[in-house]
Amino acid sequence: MSHSKLASIFNKDEKRVDWHDKALWFVRHKRDKSVHNVKGWEELRNLGHGIKAHMLSNLDNYLIQFEENAKKNGVEVHWAANDEEHNKLIVDILKENNAKKIVKSKSMLTEECHLNPFLEANDIEVIDTDLGERIVQLAKERPSHIVLPAIHKNRHEVDELFQEHLGTKPCDGDPQYLTGEARKHLREKFISADAAITGVNFAIAETGGFVVCTNEGNADMGAHLAPVHIACMGVEKIIPKQEHLGVFLRLLARSATGQPITTYSSHFKKPRKGTKMHIIIVDNGRSEQLSRPDFRASLHCIRCGACMNTCPIYRRSGGHSYDATIPGPIGSILSPGKDLKKYSTLPFASTLCGSCSDVCPVKIDIHSQLYKWRQIITKETPQPFIKKQSMKAMGKIFANPSQFEIVGKIARWSLRNLPKAVINSKPNAWGKARDLPLGPKQSFDEWFKERENEKKS
Amino acid sequence: MKVGLFIPCYINQLYPQVGIATIELLEKLNVDVGYPSGQTCCGQPMANSGFEYESNGACSNFVENFKDFDYIVTPSGSCAYHVKKHYDIIPQTEEVIKVRNNVYELCDFILNILKIKDLGASFPYKIGVHKSCHGLRGLRLGSCSEVVGKQYSYIEELLQEVKGVELMPLSRTDECCGFGGTFAVTEEAISVKMGKDKIQDHLDSGVEVITATDTSCLMHLEGLINRNKQPLKVLHIAEILNSNL
Repeated sequence: MSHSKLASIFNKDEKRVDWHDKALWFVRHKRDKSVHNVKGWEELRNLGHGIKAHMLSNLDNYLIQFEENAKKNGVEVHWAANDEEHNKLIVDILKENNAKKIVKSKSMLTEECHLNPFLEANDIEVIDTDLGERIVQLAKERPSHIVLPAIHKNRHEVDELFQEHLGTKPCDGDPQYLTGEARKHLREKFISADAAITGVNFAIAETGGFVVCTNEGNADMGAHLAPVHIACMGVEKIIPKQEHLGVFLRLLARSATGQPITTYSSHFKKPRKGTKMHIIIVDNGRSEQLSRPDFRASLHCIRCGACMNTCPIYRRSGGHSYDATIPGPIGSILSPGKDLKKYSTLPFASTLCGSCSDVCPVKIDIHSQLYKWRQIITKETPQPFIKKQSMKAMGKIFANPSQFEIVGKIARWSLRNLPKAVINSKPNAWGKARDLPLGPKQSFDEWFKERENEKKS
Repeated sequence: MKVGLFIPCYINQLYPQVGIATIELLEKLNVDVGYPSGQTCCGQPMANSGFEYESNGACSNFVENFKDFDYIVTPSGSCAYHVKKHYDIIPQTEEVIKVRNNVYELCDFILNILKIKDLGASFPYKIGVHKSCHGLRGLRLGSCSEVVGKQYSYIEELLQEVKGVELMPLSRTDECCGFGGTFAVTEEAISVKMGKDKIQDHLDSGVEVITATDTSCLMHLEGLINRNKQPLKVLHIAEILNSNL
């Protein structure tokens, strides 16, 4: 289904739209308060942009450097060209270690690769340990936001979900009780896990180490208890140097939630004695995106979610309306690179207001890329006949001043003389909730000519 | 200094009063204004819909009409931005480059080229400023809430000099109104919801008149205001700056 269809379904419940919008606006506002207090914030953004651009231009070398250093640290490094290889590698590692119960901290990459269903099909239990992720996992949904995966659910819905799956008592959506119960439930899973899977926020080429950022400490709980730690990363997660963390850690949490830093910024370098550590480096379409000059900067993304929080369309349509792993503005420039036809409506789910580009901590020109995808989509995917013909007609009219004058006259006459019921009838989506302007008798052109004639006479 | 006036297509046909206020205002400021009669549209409606290639004729027509002027002034941040940012689809002749460099949104032109602030206008109403996105984040006609730096706003600077104007604060100072060109019809539900929320923000602040640098945003808001019979008016900034009430 198109974004607009899913968005209009979401909009049938206006109260839900209102709280969704307000909840995310609150986060955006918190981000504003936080960043406006950082001296040199814009310089940090420039640095973040520059480091990522440099990294992408030298990606091959940095990846090799990272692999070498990680190996030296005693980490096993694997390469996956796509989601299938990624999933298979993980299952192989798990089988090799006889691991049946897995805890997983937040990783959009494993969502992208649809790892959970694949593990379950292999009789492996996988528990998402981020609270929001656990909620959507229990609800059999996908995250609707990359930082706040269950932002589309209210506490009463969570209450019901926990009663059903965790056997909690009805509590009128008491957040403290619900979190406490989730904690108990997850603690058991942590203790009994055979392996832990985490994502990677930053992988440092010069050290072979990597950093995972969470607010709940769930990555640490998993990785520090289980005998096997598998960390999954997209190729673009590389940063050249340890010192660059000083830029990105400052940018990430402030942009995401307005916090000065994530509660846990956990540095992993080598396996503890007697345990194993694996890193899986995944391409899955990233090289292809890198090869597109207009869209390569989309790979700068550090997955903070700020573009979602700021996007007036995202806030009012919900993450699921994008029907993609990564929703919102950044998802709308990443997804078409994976499947142009399937995601062809996403670049149009924007007014091109530009707020996403201005909020982005690594200065991705998101709205310009949305515009550019539009130009490609209309050429390379089937377009409705009426849209194509009307654009062609408009193009001709606007290239021809005398035609423009005639069409303008007819339009004004119609607006003035046709009954409202006709003007606002179904084919006119504008008229469903909005009036059209009254057609004035005189256009500006006509007024101007009249004035010129009066001057002469 | 020869100034060419560009009146956007929909203003020409549907809101001639905005064009009239613009030309009267510029003439009041002793600007030598020319209005080339062959002008139509900047090409944005096709381009933003993904049919940039259908807009070549409109772009060329624009350049043909305005190539001989020192400045091109238009009561639209969005159209000026489109010419500046997206006229890279036609060959970059000297004329095209000149036109792209010299196109100005009205407030920007008055404040930064003419260097005039006090236009002698008076307008005793409570005003809510809608900061149209293309002017704000495209042309940088003001600071936007996302970016850290000096706070400024050309439209507000000019309004502050208008006698009787009371500028009302909004809770969301620069959120999009939801017009977005064809977005207004292809994403009707979201577009309408964004507009309704925007209007509510103005109503909550006690605004009597919403103004903006773009009539397109105002047309969308006015459509909602009229349909829902809300106690608000919309006026383009040129109409306020040209007022003497």
